[in-house]
Amino acid sequence: MSDVEEAITRAHHDEWARVVAALTRRFGDLGIAEEAAAEAFTTAVERWRADGLPPNPGAWLTTTANRKAIDRIRRENRRDDKHKEAQMLHDNTPSEPLGAIDDDRLRLIFTCCHPALAVEARVALTLRMVGGLTVPEIARAFLVQGTTMEQRITRAKAKIKAARIPYRMPSADDLPARVSGVLAVLFLIFNEGYLASGPDTDSVRHDLTTEAIRLTRLIRALLPQDGEVAGLLALMLLIEARRPARVSAGGELVPLAEQDRGAWDAELIAEGHRLVRERLAAAAAGVAPGRYQILAAINAVHTSARDIRDTDWSQVLALYDRLVRLDPSPIIALNRAIAVAELDGPEVALAIVDRLAEALAGYHAYHATRADLLRRLGQSQRSRAAYDRAIELAGNTGETAYLTRRRAQLQ
Amino acid sequence: MRYLVSVINDKSDPGSTDRRPAISAFNERLIAEGYWVFAGGLAGTDAATVIDNRGEQAVFSDGPFVESKEYLAGVWVWEAPDLDVALKLAAEASKVCDRKIEVRPFQ
Repeated sequence: MSDVEEAITRAHHDEWARVVAALTRRFGDLGIAEEAAAEAFTTAVERWRADGLPPNPGAWLTTTANRKAIDRIRRENRRDDKHKEAQMLHDNTPSEPLGAIDDDRLRLIFTCCHPALAVEARVALTLRMVGGLTVPEIARAFLVQGTTMEQRITRAKAKIKAARIPYRMPSADDLPARVSGVLAVLFLIFNEGYLASGPDTDSVRHDLTTEAIRLTRLIRALLPQDGEVAGLLALMLLIEARRPARVSAGGELVPLAEQDRGAWDAELIAEGHRLVRERLAAAAAGVAPGRYQILAAINAVHTSARDIRDTDWSQVLALYDRLVRLDPSPIIALNRAIAVAELDGPEVALAIVDRLAEALAGYHAYHATRADLLRRLGQSQRSRAAYDRAIELAGNTGETAYLTRRRAQLQ
Repeated sequence: MRYLVSVINDKSDPGSTDRRPAISAFNERLIAEGYWVFAGGLAGTDAATVIDNRGEQAVFSDGPFVESKEYLAGVWVWEAPDLDVALKLAAEASKVCDRKIEVRPFQ
């Protein structure tokens, strides 16, 4: 890549959200901001190639995008004066306790992840407006037609305008719930990358995990005091660190116990561990950790063991016990049972897992876990039936391949 | 910004019937805080009549325009600066009425 290409890519990463956010604030319209930002980046590609890099690419992009937005508004005003009425609402007064962290990009993120929007729309808007992915890129990532994704984004923008979803920081009262909504969107993006669904996709979608981590880093920079933001970032890093060992040469997913730990990314693990330690210190000072922090701590235990046999399972179980108190969902109970199997044996774990039958009947991991426990107990026939069901339900190509091999290995 | 706030009754899961005093108190607050524009409870859907005068002559028919498990039990019109304010009030309204609430902006 030439210097100019590199500078454009970097500027896109660093400046896209800033430009869209500033324009949305100034013009009160997400659509205008998005289009003007896109035009400015297109112009940058042409002009920077021809004339070389401007001294301050960020400022150049903001100025250019502003000019494009004004041109566009003039053009549209000539057609339709009603445009001015549809101004989005924003509040310029910095709210007292949040003053230091008030940033247009945060307003943008909170608007894109607003609870009044459908979850798919939140994901799509966040990737487009904050992440700067193009609509075809987002459509490909979620295996839908480009036109479908375009409609999804257009409809969400229309709702923001029509229902007057505000462009501002949530009140201090609402902040924890709204931050947790943003984190849920980011984790969804990450998980879709980590365990991609769909018969024709790669098992791991590196583009989505990377994007989710990048956006979470941005939120972390904007909300450095938030423990759950740190927790989610640590969690993503510690999962991403294992990516090189997660898919075999043959395209099978490799479970944690069988991974080549030497292939794990030491740098990401170190960064994840640093964040977990930071949150442990906060917990020691009396700040109760949320679910992402506990999940990150569990992953820190796994990534601290150089060999699966060195895993501190009692620590893992203690963390799951805390997590169950916070989130009594059957999926957490299922994962806890896996730690129980290591400490108390597969029979005890199977009894726990069987109690989840009703809640998790349609969840492939429930059947895969059962199949593995039954296999360890020597109950081949029942194990085979559980593998059958797990394979039927698994949406990930690599996972299906792994489960199929395990089933074939049964006596 | 004006919002139509609909109170939704669910025939298969009816809310409690003793909500009137709580709703009155909530209305007082809406008025005092400047959100209240209009409010009204509706008679049952059995009392509805549908009129279609798109053709040659007006046709009157008995009953709601659509039979469903869920139906409109009452409406508010609120004046609120933005959706976040309306949603916060609607969350309270749902508790007060013991029913689901839909918030929809006027054009």
